[in-house]
Amino acid sequence: MNIIASVKKKLETKSIKDLLINNAIYIVLVALFATIVAIDPTFLNIKNFGFILSQSATRMIFACAIAGPIVLGGTDLSAGRLIGFAGLITASLLQSPDYVSRVFPNLPQLPVWLPILLGMVICGLFSLFHGFLVAKMKVAPFIASLGMQMVVYGLMSVYFDAVSNSAPIGVLDNRFTSFAQNGINIFGFRLQFIILYAVVVVAIVWFIWNKTKLGKNMFAIGGNPEAANVSGVNIVLNMLAIYVLAGLLYGFGGALEVARTGSATNALGQSYELDAIAACVVGGVSMRGGIGTIKGIITGVLLFQIISYGLVYIQVNPYLVYFVKGAIILIAVVIDTQKYIKKK
Amino acid sequence: MSQNGKSETFLLEMNGICKSFPGVKALDNAQLKIRPHSVHALMGENGAGKSTLMKCLFGIYQHDSGEIIFKGNPVSFSNPRQALDNGVSMVHQELNQVMERSVMENIWLGRFPMKGIIVDSKKMYADTKEIFNNLNIDIDPAAAINTLSVSQRQMVEIAKAVSCNARIIVFDEPTSSLTEVEVKHLFSIIRKLRDEGCGIVYISHKMEEILEISDEVTVMRDGKWIYTGNSKDLTFDRLISLIVGRELTNRFPPKKVKPTDEVILSVENLAGEYMPTVIDATFQLRKGEILGVAGLMGSRRTETVETLFGIRKRKGGRIFLRNRQIENRNARESKANGFALLTEERRYSGIFPTLDVTFNSTIANIDRYTNRFGVLNEKKMKQDTKWVIDALSVKTPGTKTKIQNLSGGNQQKVIMGRWLLTQPTIMLLDEPTRGIDVGAKYDIYQLIIECAEKGNAVIFISSEMPELLGISDRIMVMSNGRVAGIVEAKNTSQEELLRLAARYL
Repeated sequence: MNIIASVKKKLETKSIKDLLINNAIYIVLVALFATIVAIDPTFLNIKNFGFILSQSATRMIFACAIAGPIVLGGTDLSAGRLIGFAGLITASLLQSPDYVSRVFPNLPQLPVWLPILLGMVICGLFSLFHGFLVAKMKVAPFIASLGMQMVVYGLMSVYFDAVSNSAPIGVLDNRFTSFAQNGINIFGFRLQFIILYAVVVVAIVWFIWNKTKLGKNMFAIGGNPEAANVSGVNIVLNMLAIYVLAGLLYGFGGALEVARTGSATNALGQSYELDAIAACVVGGVSMRGGIGTIKGIITGVLLFQIISYGLVYIQVNPYLVYFVKGAIILIAVVIDTQKYIKKK
Repeated sequence: MSQNGKSETFLLEMNGICKSFPGVKALDNAQLKIRPHSVHALMGENGAGKSTLMKCLFGIYQHDSGEIIFKGNPVSFSNPRQALDNGVSMVHQELNQVMERSVMENIWLGRFPMKGIIVDSKKMYADTKEIFNNLNIDIDPAAAINTLSVSQRQMVEIAKAVSCNARIIVFDEPTSSLTEVEVKHLFSIIRKLRDEGCGIVYISHKMEEILEISDEVTVMRDGKWIYTGNSKDLTFDRLISLIVGRELTNRFPPKKVKPTDEVILSVENLAGEYMPTVIDATFQLRKGEILGVAGLMGSRRTETVETLFGIRKRKGGRIFLRNRQIENRNARESKANGFALLTEERRYSGIFPTLDVTFNSTIANIDRYTNRFGVLNEKKMKQDTKWVIDALSVKTPGTKTKIQNLSGGNQQKVIMGRWLLTQPTIMLLDEPTRGIDVGAKYDIYQLIIECAEKGNAVIFISSEMPELLGISDRIMVMSNGRVAGIVEAKNTSQEELLRLAARYL
């Protein structure tokens, strides 16, 4: 009788431990949320959710983009600078036609989609080259993307200096800013268009990951490149496609970011890749490759946004916010490592 | 069709296949002829060339000379994909699977059924289910691979081979991790495939199995074809003598000093925490003794010495060094107790390839070169490195040469030297002669013998029976993690060792 009870107990504790480990991040999210609400119940306000979602929108796009190279077993440190470059280009081409100090005074008013597309294409090309370095030339992704980061920053700064003498590019075309900032009010909840764009991008990436050959191959390459090769997967081509997809999304997200904030300098996008990587990791994307879900990534992004917004809302010292964010990253990585560590 | 119902024409013929690797002739005029509707066993000792021959067939290696005729046409596959497309598939011994993904995705990887741009998961599921039903496999096609047992993963690999409409299916030691019931299931699948007209190549060390499942047997030895015949004409003993069949020549240095009766190491009921692990091993080592360790692949000889050395977690058992109980919880502690381990995977855990001979010689002993300020005495290090080079006759341009530029045999000597510099009492050697040429092997045998003659003790793991018989005092045979027997080297035979090695299979 005693034995049965002890075995039963052992089984239960084991499954509870597994349950905690597998859902740690959701538990942290709920706990944090509860703490914030307990300290200041006014946080539970539909307006706040509108703000948090609007601020998360571009971050979701960046996180979904960078997750591709991470699932492949690499990383992408050039993301932030590419985002900034795309933003800078769209901003410089979409200033208000009434503004006398435009950087391109003789430029006719362009349709909004054209500069956005241009930014996406440029980012796509940079990422294509980046993917070539990693997939074909077998450069370690960390180093390749570090080099790309500097190259892109150099080029965007030269561009910035040449067109505007390093003065911030502002006073954007009304059509452009409203493209992102306009929205509809639903019972006090402000649904900005930017949130809808993010939802569309997330849906597309989810579709690619889960429903297409490219997505399946991506997981196979990241999970076991040898098995993928023996099964006849074209590793180089699939990796290139994932990198290009990431580049296109950096470009689109960069344009939205500028439209949201209203101005651009060459500092735009700096270290955005670290936030995106952190959100992915916290959301369960393994830095070893082969593992990750869109659901997890979105949770990761929201978690960080709620921390940033919520802790400031309850007037925690802003420096402490960094501490909390860092601690959450470390906890997430430790849990991730424990899951996959091979005991011997 | 002949009278016994076998086809006279061959489905696959491999004739005069030769394949050399630097310093080794892995295949020397090997041949293999497979009929349709038959299970063909391929046998030989570890290193006889079975796997190399199959890798040549499958396009993983390119053979140097010889011809492969498949369905009457000469073929030469340049990669596994081509082999699969042409109906030659292989169930690898090491299961090459994407652990995090589903069963069906692993089966159809590289050739997903499509519906426009969408992977047709429904069809993939249905097709997988159909193959599974056909083979009586009860696994959910949507389950992730890492939730399956090893035997289930093996079934998935078999289903993958079948899904390619393969005519030739190679099974490389498929039963090494299966239970008896699972083996029965596997055999029923193999018979089914055979009856459907496939030619099956079945690689295994297990004699009873071979005699049960196979129609024909081919035996290889030292990369050469030795024998092909009908299984029903063969007996257990005849098979063993065909596989071993080699005479011992004078390839080993003489051992002048006999071990004393003084026991220096006593191991009782050694077991590890995590699988695969040694199970309940008890043995003793006398002063001046070389204890050979024999066993088949997967017999966990490596796990045994690694557990003894403390780099695998020990769960039970006791270790006595000169009647004093020791723990050996980690490599540092073991080193302090006078143990040294030459690991099996030289490239992975032995050499520091991009660093020089000096570094590689002295790294295990680095504490002894520091003065009281913690600064290294480079002169002393150089002296010791010179000793390694001279004493072990390492062929190297100098002490500053990167070790990756030396031949495998010389790399191995440097690592031997590294551990000899620590002046170990118990030397654990895991396949110290693997992949090195005959001349260097002799030097290493000599070093092992010298080490023992100085009053130390050596545990010597090897898959080559002749060298085990040649230099060991006693041989411990392991089988499936257990000690199957400890025999006097001079009173035993390869036949006895093979029999013991199969004891717990």
